[in-house]
Amino acid sequence: MKAVDIVGTAFRNAFRSRLRTSLTVLAVFIGAFTLSLTNGLGTGVNRYLDDTVASVGVDDVMTVTKVSESRPAEGPAEYDPDQIAVDGPPGTTATALTDDDIDTIAGIDGVRGVEPVKDITTDYVRYDDGGRYQISLSSFVPGMKVELASGAQVDLDATDRQLVLPESYLEPLELGTAADAVGQTVVLALTDGTGTQVTTEATVVGVAEPGVISMAGAVPNDALTQTLYDLQTTGAPEQEATRYARASVSFDAAAGDEATQALQDRLDEAGYTGSTLEDQLGTITAVIDAVVLVLNGFAVIALIAAGIGIVNTLFMAVQERTREVGLMKAMGLSSGRVFSLFSIEAVVIGLVGSALGVLAAIGVGQIVGGVAGDFLADLPGLTLIAFDPVSIAAVVLGVMGIALLAGTLPALRAARQDPISSLRHE
Amino acid sequence: MASPLLSVSNLRKTYGSGPSAFEALKGLDLDIAAGESIAIIGKSGSGKSTLMHLLALLDRPTSGTITLDGTDTSRLSAKQLNETRNSTFGFVFQQFFLNARASVLDNVTLPLRIAGVPRRERTARGLAALSQLELDDKFANKANDLSGGQKQRVVIARALINQPRVIFADEPTGNLDTATGAVVEDILFDLNRRRGINLVLVTHDEDLASRCDRSIYIRDGLLAAHAAVAA
Repeated sequence: MKAVDIVGTAFRNAFRSRLRTSLTVLAVFIGAFTLSLTNGLGTGVNRYLDDTVASVGVDDVMTVTKVSESRPAEGPAEYDPDQIAVDGPPGTTATALTDDDIDTIAGIDGVRGVEPVKDITTDYVRYDDGGRYQISLSSFVPGMKVELASGAQVDLDATDRQLVLPESYLEPLELGTAADAVGQTVVLALTDGTGTQVTTEATVVGVAEPGVISMAGAVPNDALTQTLYDLQTTGAPEQEATRYARASVSFDAAAGDEATQALQDRLDEAGYTGSTLEDQLGTITAVIDAVVLVLNGFAVIALIAAGIGIVNTLFMAVQERTREVGLMKAMGLSSGRVFSLFSIEAVVIGLVGSALGVLAAIGVGQIVGGVAGDFLADLPGLTLIAFDPVSIAAVVLGVMGIALLAGTLPALRAARQDPISSLRHE
Repeated sequence: MASPLLSVSNLRKTYGSGPSAFEALKGLDLDIAAGESIAIIGKSGSGKSTLMHLLALLDRPTSGTITLDGTDTSRLSAKQLNETRNSTFGFVFQQFFLNARASVLDNVTLPLRIAGVPRRERTARGLAALSQLELDDKFANKANDLSGGQKQRVVIARALINQPRVIFADEPTGNLDTATGAVVEDILFDLNRRRGINLVLVTHDEDLASRCDRSIYIRDGLLAAHAAVAA
């Protein structure tokens, strides 16, 4: 029997008992559908993160912090006067960087430039004697591009104080439309080292669209940052003014991942930790991957149940077709071909179920994407459930593999049948 | 007499082992000449079906040899046995063993599909075989929609399609009424006479057996008597 005839016969045989096969296909369908959907979710979210990193475009800057002395495994950690709180879960601390550290980092091979990150805590922002609103300032890394609703990016080299304001501040501050806001002057207030509240003015040069990373606050240019920092440290002890939680280090990203890794290793030796934006997002990606993996695990359990359904269906088919198999063997069909007939029948069930499941998942993904677009309007450009051809092919092939495995037992039984007793089978 | 097409010597077949062993054939010798029609007669349990299965190479003997066309069949590999059954033998059973949902043509061309013949040739040869049995107008029908006699004719067409040298028929008329059975008998003997295809019939039916060139009686696993009938 030729391969094409085996496949054709297996296809027809699969649908000889329509209801039974349909139910088994349904079980496979559910598994494949779930697996495609959970996979699609992972793909969608991760792709969005990747796109965001790409649009931000700061792959040549890493954040450097000083490594804290390792905590003792048990008991309280010893007090370190240089320890300061940093971003992260409550209790996360890092050792502050001093100007000496900045010089040390600048001297490390591969570091093109180093800029201490000046953390500024503002009190409020206000426009034209209107209401006062709290605002945080994002640290702007050279090369970063903020998604703008209107206006331009801040000019880092400019001597005047510039600011990119998030879109959500327009209405409270009564700035009108995004286009209207550009060019206006707002007042920023903060408390200096002596406890006095001081203000400064800044020009709005752009209005930022909501994004996913660090776009919660306004983006100042260097002139504004410096002004605010000077104000903040006025009256503070000298030591306080030269302590930074972290520093931005620019490096040659074009030299490749290995060079980046080497630089990170050198920083590590010198007692610092350097992490690129990708590293930081990598943590998020890893968490998403882990969640998707668990969800996929459930889908795979459903598929295994469906596989047992296939075993059952095929055992019944073998039982029903005992005499037919006997006849074909009497007519010279080899046991190997009988085996192929039944295992391909199993694969056909897997193929039909998974193809329908994947198609349904893509359809549902479109619908959910449309609905989620309304809920997740804050994250423009996010396709919640995305499908890439490789993972779709992997799901279909994987399900076919499970089906093939499931078909083995019944196919073996059919292949081992003795033609004479099969023909006598009632 | 020319060298026989099928030759059997000291054929034994034992089922099971130890005290429960059952000896179905106890040393049987038989020669079947090319073109001969032969009836194997015996009560149920006499070993006649076992003999037919061994002759048709569906089963291997416990001891003894079966020679087909001068070849000792015990030396053939499983693959060669499959090929031999496919190309040299045709089978007609008491039950039709038709795939009820498949078309008549698909049922008839099953041996060709097993042999790996291309579709175009299968269809041509299937239609030719059906027309020999005056069933060519039914080729597209489902096998289920045919009468008993038509079904048995489809089975004969299927047995013929590979132009076999031997047709093994196990109670070929057992499921048919007398009139239809007679038609099927006529077809089988006509094939034997006109195309020289050997017939090996297993039957209870003495009338059917008497139309064969020769009848052999099996009793308790041994040849009881030869009853030569004038051809």
